[in-house]
Amino acid sequence: MSSFYGVELTSRLLLGTSRYPSPAVLERAVKASGAEVVTVSLRRESGTGRAGQAFWSLIQSMGVRVLPNTAGCHSVKEAVTTAHMARELFDTPWIKLEVIGEADTLQPDVFGLVEAARILSEEGFEVFPYTTEDLVVAERLVEAGCRVLMPWGAPIGSARGLNNVYGLRSMRAHFPDVPLVVDAGLGVPSHAAAAMELGYDAVLLNTAVAEAGDPVEMARAFALGVESGRAAYLARPMEPRDMAVPSTPVIGKAVLGD
Amino acid sequence: MRIFLNDDMHEVAPGTLAAALETLGFGGRKIATAVNGRFVAAAARPRTELADGDRIEVVAPMQGG
Repeated sequence: MSSFYGVELTSRLLLGTSRYPSPAVLERAVKASGAEVVTVSLRRESGTGRAGQAFWSLIQSMGVRVLPNTAGCHSVKEAVTTAHMARELFDTPWIKLEVIGEADTLQPDVFGLVEAARILSEEGFEVFPYTTEDLVVAERLVEAGCRVLMPWGAPIGSARGLNNVYGLRSMRAHFPDVPLVVDAGLGVPSHAAAAMELGYDAVLLNTAVAEAGDPVEMARAFALGVESGRAAYLARPMEPRDMAVPSTPVIGKAVLGD
Repeated sequence: MRIFLNDDMHEVAPGTLAAALETLGFGGRKIATAVNGRFVAAAARPRTELADGDRIEVVAPMQGG
């Protein structure tokens, strides 16, 4: 069980809902992943458009909890206003807080992130900050009221996996009691397994499933990767060492040479 | 008066945000709103008077990662 702001979850995979080939594939992928939380967003809609309403009906029919994001926001003001709109629209205090600082890497603007997190936490939001593995920033986010931290694995949509394993491991050691989620940059299930083996509480991904050749099968594969990585963490892996150690006992071996 | 809704200009009768949204086809829809960059809760729309040139944002649920 993982727990985010008092909500207990069985699945440790949080799944995004964007970029799927069709709503039907999205629905099947969510089911195959076992995810109990999906990320959603909000965008402009015209008086004649119905896309947003149809999407919302689909999400509701799945019976999953939603984590709205502030994707695309580049300023504190934008992110805070978007969070308010999301809270009303989705009827949840949860917000995946993104304040983007750099267009090519979509790297978080950690200064704006801390400021927005403080404002939103004081206003009763339960903030899931999309951040880096920087420990000082993470401390500031916790001081600002965040009870979950979501460091990136790699830039959003890059499928590069865990770019800074050392940094992520340090973060886990530094915050043993704060739920940690690797968010963004995962490409294949082994990346998710690696994050879970580090002791992370969950992973959040989207593009790796949505843009796979078979998103439904990839969703299932990620669920297995997450489960496998978590089980391995709990089983306490052996430490790596530099020299070989024979796994087969040498004592009693037949002497056959000269 | 002229208002801008998601950057498109519309001519509407002077009145509230709720009235303008109804006129422009948003009645009963699951949306959230902001006027001139400030969030306006659904409950506040009937008492939010619009002024000429106001910029309204109307958003709906959408896919997200």
